[in-house]
Amino acid sequence: MRQRIRYLSSPPSFVSFAAVGGREEGQGPLGPCFDHLDPSDRFGQTSWERAEGEMGRIALNFALKKASLSPQQLSVLFAGDLQNQCVASSGGLYSFGIPYIGLYGACSTCTEGLLSLSVWLSEQADRQDVMGAAVTTSHNCAAERQFRQPIEYGGQRPPSAQWTATAAGAFILGSREGDVRITEVCPGKIVDGEISDATNMGAAMAPAAVDTLLTYMQQSGRAPSSFDAIVTGDLGAVGTSLLQEMLLEEGIDVRQNHLDCGNLLFDSERQDVHSGGSGCGCSASVLATHILPALMRAEMKDVLFLSTGALMSTSSVQQGEHIFGIAPLIRIQRF
Amino acid sequence: MKNEPYTSRIRRHTPPSPTKKNCLFAFLIGGGICFAGQWLLYLYEALGATRDDASTLVTVTLIFLSALLTGIGVYDRIARVAGAGTLVPVTGFANAVVSPAIDTKQEGFILGVGAKIFTVAGPVILYGVLCGAVYGVLYSVILWFV
Amino acid sequence: MFLSMMTTSLLAFAVGGGLCVVAQLLIDKTALTPARILVLYVSFGVLLGAVGLFEPLVSLVGCGITVPLVGFGGNIARGVREAVLEQGLLGALSGGFTAAAVGCAAALLFGYLAALCFRGQPKRIS
Repeated sequence: MRQRIRYLSSPPSFVSFAAVGGREEGQGPLGPCFDHLDPSDRFGQTSWERAEGEMGRIALNFALKKASLSPQQLSVLFAGDLQNQCVASSGGLYSFGIPYIGLYGACSTCTEGLLSLSVWLSEQADRQDVMGAAVTTSHNCAAERQFRQPIEYGGQRPPSAQWTATAAGAFILGSREGDVRITEVCPGKIVDGEISDATNMGAAMAPAAVDTLLTYMQQSGRAPSSFDAIVTGDLGAVGTSLLQEMLLEEGIDVRQNHLDCGNLLFDSERQDVHSGGSGCGCSASVLATHILPALMRAEMKDVLFLSTGALMSTSSVQQGEHIFGIAPLIRIQRF
Repeated sequence: MKNEPYTSRIRRHTPPSPTKKNCLFAFLIGGGICFAGQWLLYLYEALGATRDDASTLVTVTLIFLSALLTGIGVYDRIARVAGAGTLVPVTGFANAVVSPAIDTKQEGFILGVGAKIFTVAGPVILYGVLCGAVYGVLYSVILWFV
Repeated sequence: MFLSMMTTSLLAFAVGGGLCVVAQLLIDKTALTPARILVLYVSFGVLLGAVGLFEPLVSLVGCGITVPLVGFGGNIARGVREAVLEQGLLGALSGGFTAAAVGCAAALLFGYLAALCFRGQPKRIS
C-alpha cells in the first residue's frame, strides 16, 4: 500500500504562536486565551477584506514579539485565507518581507501550512536555527460577502449551517530542538462525499477526515487511545457525530478523545452558531489558544491535528458541483 | 449500517429546522407587517389620499423603514427570528435591494453599488416583468378575438 | 366604520401571516431557496391578477395581499392589463415596469441613500 505518513527525521519544534479574534470569538469559551481581540471586528481597517489580512499581520507580529524575533530571522512564510486568490495573506503579510508561499486549502489551510512548513524545516535540519512561519486567517464578514449573501441581508440559517470564525493563528517553527514538535505528517486525499449543499459543510468534510484517520491508524499501527486528543478542524456538531459513527463502524473508536475546533471555539448554548464554528481561522485559533498551550503545559503529550477543508467556489456550488472534502493531518508531540 | 447511503446517514445526523417555532414567528411578524401596513393605509386615507395613492404610499413607507432598519444593522437580526415573516413582505424586497447596496460600497458607487444592487432582488423583478409580459401578450390575443 | 377597518386589518394579518407561513414551510421542508420562493410568489401574484382574483382579494384583505410580494406580481398584472387596453400589444412591455416603478424606484433610491449613510455592521450571534 502507498505510504501516506511521512515521519520527519528531524522534527521541527514550535518556537512561538499567537491567535487573534473578533467579538464573537472573544465571547466564546476560549476568549481569554486570545492574544488580541477586536470587538468591532474591523481591526482598524476600512473593509472586511483588509481586516482579514490585518488579522494575519497582527497574529504574526504577536508571535514574533513573544519569541523576541525579527521578521528577517524567518526564512519562509506559508500562509492562506478564505478570500479569492488568497489576497488577504498577500496584502496583510507583504510588509514583513519574508519569502512567501501562498496556500489554499479552504478550512484545512492551517494544517496544510504547518505540514508544508514542518517538511520544509525538517529538510534543513543540518543547518542550525532555520525558522519559518505559518499564518492562517478567516473573517466572517469577508466570507459571508464572498460565499453567501450581503451581510445586512435578512435570512435564516438552517441548523446544519456553520459560522465562519473571525480569527487568525500564526505559528513560528524552528529546526532546533524544542519541547513541542511536529513529528509526523500525512496529507489528505480529495474525498467526494457527493454533497452539494453548501449549508452542510460538516457533512461534506467528514468523509475526508474519516479517510485520513483510517489511513493513519492502519499505516501507523496505533490505536486512537494512544493519543491524548484527536483534534479535527471544523466538522461542527453534525460532522462530529458523522465522523464518530463512521469511524466506529470501521472499528475505530475516537469518542473518548476526539475534539473538534468548531465545537470548542464557540459556546453553542449562548451563541447562535448552529452546527459550530468553521473557516480556516477556526482550527488555527483553537490550536494556538487551546491545544498548543495544553501541550506546552504538559497537559497533553501526543496529539493528532487535522483541519478539514471543503473545496468549492461560489460558481461550483451554484453549478451544482459536489463539495469535495480534504483533511491533512499532523502529529504534534511533547518531548 | 456500514452500507447505508451517505445522504440518508446525513439526514439522520442533521437536526431538523424548528419548523413550528419558525412558522409561529413568521406568522406573527409577517402578519404584523401587513397589519401595520393596513393601518398606515387608513392613516394616509384619513390624511386625504385616494385609495390607490394611499396604497402606493404604504409601499414606499414600508420600503423606507426596511431600508433604515437594514442600514442600522437591525433588519437581519429581526429576520433571523422572523424567517419568511420578513422575507415575503415588501420589506424583504427592500432589504434585498438595500443590503447589497451597503455591502458593495467598498467596490465603488458605479461598479459596486450600481452594478450589484440587484444581485439579490434581480430575479424577482425579472420574473415579475417576464410573467407580466407573457400575460400581456395572451391578453392582447384574447382581446383581439373577443 | 371602525369595525370594518378592524376586520380588514385582522384579515390582512391572517392572510399576510399565512402567506409567510407557507413560505417558511417551503424553506424548512423543501430544498427551495428563499430567492426561488420569492420568484414563485411574484409569479403567483401575476397569475392571480391575470385570472382576475387579485382585485377582489385586495378589497377583502387589503394589505394582507398587497404587502407580501404576491402584491408586487398582482400590481404588475394590473399594470399590464391597463396598458394593453390602452395601447394594445405594446402594453405587454410597458405595463409591467410602469406598475413596478414606484416600488423599484423607492427601493433603489433608499438603497443608494443607505449606501451613502451607513456602513456594514458585522453579524452577531451572542
